[in-house]
Amino acid sequence: MADLSINFAGIHSPNPFWLASAPPSNSGLQVHRAFEAGWGGAVWKTIGAPVLNVSNRYGAWHYGGQKMLAINNVELISDRPLEVNLREIAEVKRAWPDRAVVVSAMVESKPETWHDIIHRIQDTGADGIELNYGCPHGMSERGMGSAVGQVPEYCEQITRWVMEVARIPIIVKLTPNISDIVMPARAAVTAGASAISLINTLNSIIGVDLDTLEITPNIGGKGGHGGYAGPAVKPIALNMLAALGKDPVVSGSKLPISGMGGISTWRDAAEFLLLGASNLQVCTAVMHYGFRIVEDLCDGLSNWMDEKGFAKISDVTGRSLHRVSDFNNFDLSFRAVARIDQQKCIRCNLCYVACNDTAHQCIDLKDKDGRVVQPGSYDIRANGREEAVNTRPSVEVREEDCVGCRLCYNVCPVEDCIRMIEEPSGRQPVTWAQISESQREVTEDWEKMKSYREKMGIHIH
Amino acid sequence: MADIQQATARANALEELLPPLTRNEAAMETARCLMCYDAPCTHACPTHIDIPRFIKKIATQNLRGSARTILESNLLGATCARVCPVQELCEGACVLGAEHKPIAIGRLQRYAMDFAYGRGLDLFPPAKTIGKKVAVIGAGPAGLSCAGELAKRGYGVTLFEKRDLAGGLSTYGIIGLREPVGVALEEVAMIQKLGVKVETGKGLGTDFTLADLDANFGAVFLSVGLGITTTLGIPGEEHIVDGLDYIEQSKLDAPNLVIGRNVVVIGAGNTAIDCATIAKRLGASQVTMVYRRSEKEMTAYAHEYDFIKREGVRFSFLTQPVRVHLENGAVKALECLRMSLGPADASGRPSPQPVAGSEFVLPADQIVKATGQEKPSIASLLRLKTEKGFIQVDANFETSLPGVYAGGDCIRARGAASTVMAVQDGKLAARSIHERLVAHG
Repeated sequence: MADLSINFAGIHSPNPFWLASAPPSNSGLQVHRAFEAGWGGAVWKTIGAPVLNVSNRYGAWHYGGQKMLAINNVELISDRPLEVNLREIAEVKRAWPDRAVVVSAMVESKPETWHDIIHRIQDTGADGIELNYGCPHGMSERGMGSAVGQVPEYCEQITRWVMEVARIPIIVKLTPNISDIVMPARAAVTAGASAISLINTLNSIIGVDLDTLEITPNIGGKGGHGGYAGPAVKPIALNMLAALGKDPVVSGSKLPISGMGGISTWRDAAEFLLLGASNLQVCTAVMHYGFRIVEDLCDGLSNWMDEKGFAKISDVTGRSLHRVSDFNNFDLSFRAVARIDQQKCIRCNLCYVACNDTAHQCIDLKDKDGRVVQPGSYDIRANGREEAVNTRPSVEVREEDCVGCRLCYNVCPVEDCIRMIEEPSGRQPVTWAQISESQREVTEDWEKMKSYREKMGIHIH
Repeated sequence: MADIQQATARANALEELLPPLTRNEAAMETARCLMCYDAPCTHACPTHIDIPRFIKKIATQNLRGSARTILESNLLGATCARVCPVQELCEGACVLGAEHKPIAIGRLQRYAMDFAYGRGLDLFPPAKTIGKKVAVIGAGPAGLSCAGELAKRGYGVTLFEKRDLAGGLSTYGIIGLREPVGVALEEVAMIQKLGVKVETGKGLGTDFTLADLDANFGAVFLSVGLGITTTLGIPGEEHIVDGLDYIEQSKLDAPNLVIGRNVVVIGAGNTAIDCATIAKRLGASQVTMVYRRSEKEMTAYAHEYDFIKREGVRFSFLTQPVRVHLENGAVKALECLRMSLGPADASGRPSPQPVAGSEFVLPADQIVKATGQEKPSIASLLRLKTEKGFIQVDANFETSLPGVYAGGDCIRARGAASTVMAVQDGKLAARSIHERLVAHG
């Protein structure tokens, strides 16, 4: 059985799954219950400056019968008195010595205010502190949260103030509402932080009510930008996580990274680990299904690690990072074509319409005799199950014309029905970077590109 | 009081079997639909409703558009949503059917139709009149479909119906548990709103002649359905209840419908199943269906056969009625003969042959027959060419009399008669009539 325990910047926990700083970790009662359910740690909902909250603070994005593919919120940091939070933090930590109790903090951007909150948190016996530089609503308008995270200099300055008095590990949490995530991460490195976590929520408006024309959710006739999280943001989080792993300064610093943003299952978790996370935080999935989901997060991850021969979390962390690159370095001679498994195909024709209307027109409908037929070419008097099923054309890829765009693969509703088959292109591997370097003119002049293609035997149709 | 209670109980017993889908159920079901391109469900539907389109419109809560999509292909979408043998048609062809559960297309269609009728939506703008008139004879599904399609094109259509109510079998002949009378009558009202003039109590041959029509209308569409229930030719037949009358009374006059305690239904088609259902649900303690062939040759849809077995109805296969036994003028039993199956007959099914000396008696205090209907008598009245007794039409639904078209059960010499086929006949005949009267001058 794989060992799921971690030592994250000196903070120990029996598994890598922590509640993210959010409503699920709002009180001692909740964190107790989460630990009973098996969570390895919890980042206490941010404490700090005084706030008040509003109703209708959570919006959600539903799609295709699936509820809550994303949540958006305008809830602020903890609205419970600071003393109550600090007392409960101390109680929880005493009751659960083996779990990670990390406290998220956000106060006004003054050194004395930060010093004060850090001292008070440290007095609780908490294992670590996460600096909330990410909250994109409510606090940012007051110069906190993402207002800090969006300016690397502020990140660095405040982190320095914190490090002056820090006796426990300090994690800097980054906002994704920025054009280059690497910059604030480098600031955290420079300031001497112990770890980085990402991503906080994205700015978003969930929608507009088509009956009332009000913003969704409606807060007394108004609505506005709120933090967006949940399964829908996972690809954005993965990209930002990988960007830190690929940055020489951040990765060179060896600071551990706590990954979050749409982790709902152990599969998501494994992907975050593979792209460089060594700790995982979860919120939206817990808000959807409750604390119990940690059981399968651990069980599934452990089984997968056993199957793959990974003994511990650090064996997985960053394992796929070397494969992350960019277009410049992709092999332009790599070729794959779509192939449809006729036994599995249910003939929904979704690949056909996708390819023909929006891609490269290389999928045909063929009748029983192999003749290409047009859609809807049955007699108006023809009907009935047998007729419709028995005369339904098959869907076939003209592989010689297929550019391997993979759209059909993506729309196919049947598992493993369409596969992308790697086909030798007959050309030597070459990247855009190489062409740019050795034959710059090809990248700048369409005529030169034409002759290059002819020479290489690259046909575009 | 007792009467009111009994009437209420009877109404409840034959209430529409399937509840409407809730908004959430409809949403979940529409989300399952893959939205196939050139979808097989649409191909399998005789009226070729663009099913993925109407389903996705339900998903986007464009219910008006959904209802319109259905009605553009099939003006009797509300009836078809309820009575179509979907297992043999759209749902049977669903790509999810092979390994999963097909989409509940019929029930989704009903969801959209219920919305449209519930709100009294007018989905088609009034057509500009083109000054041409067509007579439609018989206000069943084929007639309503043809009349409605022509009215949408601006024709002045008069729909003659010999009975008191329009709607044909939808009104009179389909058990309320599958389609309440109100649904059929709402469809008639919708066709009237399209501009069709409906004249009930007017029959061809009794109240007017073909010559009368020729003088006033540019074309005629015959959608007269079939005749009365076939005669068995057995002693005591006058004591046997006609199955179509039985269903009709259950729909329009249920409190006064006499139900036996021990009922025998002769026949094994869908109408016979409806009769057995009525008997069972309205109080008979025992219902037995007798059929001269075996289970395999039954003409009822498989899902209806499954349904009636679950209702607790018994079957006596390979059983031929030979006489009705009476006691004091009341039905006491049905005497029958055992049959065995011989070589195929004209219908292609094995012919039942009597087993000598096998007479036996089935006790019964009510006998109902549902053994099919007579061929349309209008064919001989108008001296129309026929095929196996049905009115013969060409590919354009034109009979042997130029300008006289026909569709629906009265032309169904091949294939199973059904509402949706009748609707398509009416729709295609309307196109042909339009071609004749306008497109080609």
